Amino acid sequence: MADLIKLIESWIRNLLLGWGAGEGLTLFILQALGSVLVVMLCFGIVIALIWVERKLAGRIQDRFGPNRAGPYGIFQSFADIIKIFTKEYVTPTGADKGLFNIAPVLAMASVLAIWAVFPIASNLIGADINVGVLYIVAISAFGILAFLMAGWSSNNRFALLGASRSVAMLISYEIPMVVSLLIPVLLAHSMKLSDIIKAQQPWWYLIIAPLAALIFLISSMAEIGKAPFDLLEAESELVAGYHTEYSGMKFGMFYVAEFLHQFTVGALITIFFLGGWSGPMAENWPVLGVVYFYGKAFLVYLVISWIRLSLPRIRIDEMLNLNWKFLIPVSFINLVVVAVVDRVMLDLNMTRWMYVGVMLVLNIVILLAALYISGKSQPSIELEEFPPRPVAVSNPPENS
Amino acid sequence: MSLVSLLFLFTAVLTCGASIMVVTTKNMVQAALWLVLALFGGAVIFVLLQAPYIAVIQVVVYIGAIAVLVIFAVMLTRQTEGELLPGKTNQWPIAALLSAALFVGMAYFYLSSPRTALMAPVLDPKFDLIRELGQQLVSPNGYVLPFELASILLLAALIGSIVVAWRK
Repeated sequence: MADLIKLIESWIRNLLLGWGAGEGLTLFILQALGSVLVVMLCFGIVIALIWVERKLAGRIQDRFGPNRAGPYGIFQSFADIIKIFTKEYVTPTGADKGLFNIAPVLAMASVLAIWAVFPIASNLIGADINVGVLYIVAISAFGILAFLMAGWSSNNRFALLGASRSVAMLISYEIPMVVSLLIPVLLAHSMKLSDIIKAQQPWWYLIIAPLAALIFLISSMAEIGKAPFDLLEAESELVAGYHTEYSGMKFGMFYVAEFLHQFTVGALITIFFLGGWSGPMAENWPVLGVVYFYGKAFLVYLVISWIRLSLPRIRIDEMLNLNWKFLIPVSFINLVVVAVVDRVMLDLNMTRWMYVGVMLVLNIVILLAALYISGKSQPSIELEEFPPRPVAVSNPPENS
Repeated sequence: MSLVSLLFLFTAVLTCGASIMVVTTKNMVQAALWLVLALFGGAVIFVLLQAPYIAVIQVVVYIGAIAVLVIFAVMLTRQTEGELLPGKTNQWPIAALLSAALFVGMAYFYLSSPRTALMAPVLDPKFDLIRELGQQLVSPNGYVLPFELASILLLAALIGSIVVAWRK
């Protein structure tokens, strides 16, 4: 009973072996079942998440949100899914048909493939490869490709503009994201995700490396293109950005991929900074680990939603300045300082308490110093004064 | 035929086909995307060779950075945007000859090497390839000199790009 999932696994294994399936085939079927289960769980979660997000958005914007279909509108997402399946697929004239159809699939796959390496519980790991962190970075490259393909193949100026904006943003924000991911790797001395979780057993990296967690949160919010970084689909400027021309379930796939990516970022922050599946009793009861993992990821998801519902969209120059003039220098300085201090303190044989305290104080000092310096060096913007030009008056003053 | 060799065969055919499409497709964006597929096939072959680190780095560097920049650059050049381009220059026989010579040379050295007949050694699962790679890169007995030289080259390229882009 302590290990429900292993119990089911061994039951299926014995059943298949009893039916005369070979050892290799049984392993293959079990692994295929596992991957299908993870993917299906992702889709199930997304359906729930869309409802939660809309309800939360409603509350924050002082309205009800979905409240018609079922109690508290929980069946709203199902109604939307059924509706979206009945919609017509429209392919614009002059579109590159092959790429136009592959792009939504690639967008979805690039998010789902990340889940292959996640350790969901202490004994429930998809593929525990020793390049796990790099794998995550590599897979996100396909997301960028999907945006590019969608934007270019649509034969639409707005889509192309949205795609080029998104690539400019995603490539730049990948740098602070990867550099801040280096810090958990450096502290855990491993790129294996299960090792990173084990290394933060008593102290989460949120406490040891809060600055890296903050930079990772900001840059991955840019990676998923949610407000305040939703320049790539700014409605007032670009219609809908790279997915302007998509309709029906092809649009639905982009939409689901976006929500799932937000939840995936929650899971990534959980693994790298919030101790993954760890929690009280999670070692003995791996099923509890699953609950903790998804619960923490869900909490981070809510935080991201909260930020995105609270902040307005930033301008494109602000977006580039924030990245190149603030996040990248701070993340590099943070990396160097953490690497040196970690090494020195390991040689000094400090107690764990001292280690955590020094790291926490250092992170806060770096953040405050960075905020102080960037505040000082902010160039004052001189607004050009234009004389008022009233358009409602039949005889404008400068003509009279 | 084992599953691994089946996978290798599939990947090899896919990679070769994609590579041919790169040079024969007339649409430049499509050619760049075929290049992505060819590079991805290369990454899969690295995985089959039990080199996951190199496979992942192949995807990060070639697909994540280089291919995306190539596609981006192609998309921004207005003349090539979806228009038909001349597929080949009149230097193609020389290029074909050169690449054929390269292939024959590589195949010859591969087949004549005594190590070809050896089976790949089975690694101890405890053996950490990445740790070993990292230590080789920074140890004085290993590859620290090429590593540092490559770093200086990259730094020079970085400074050079800043100088080129500097507003006078």
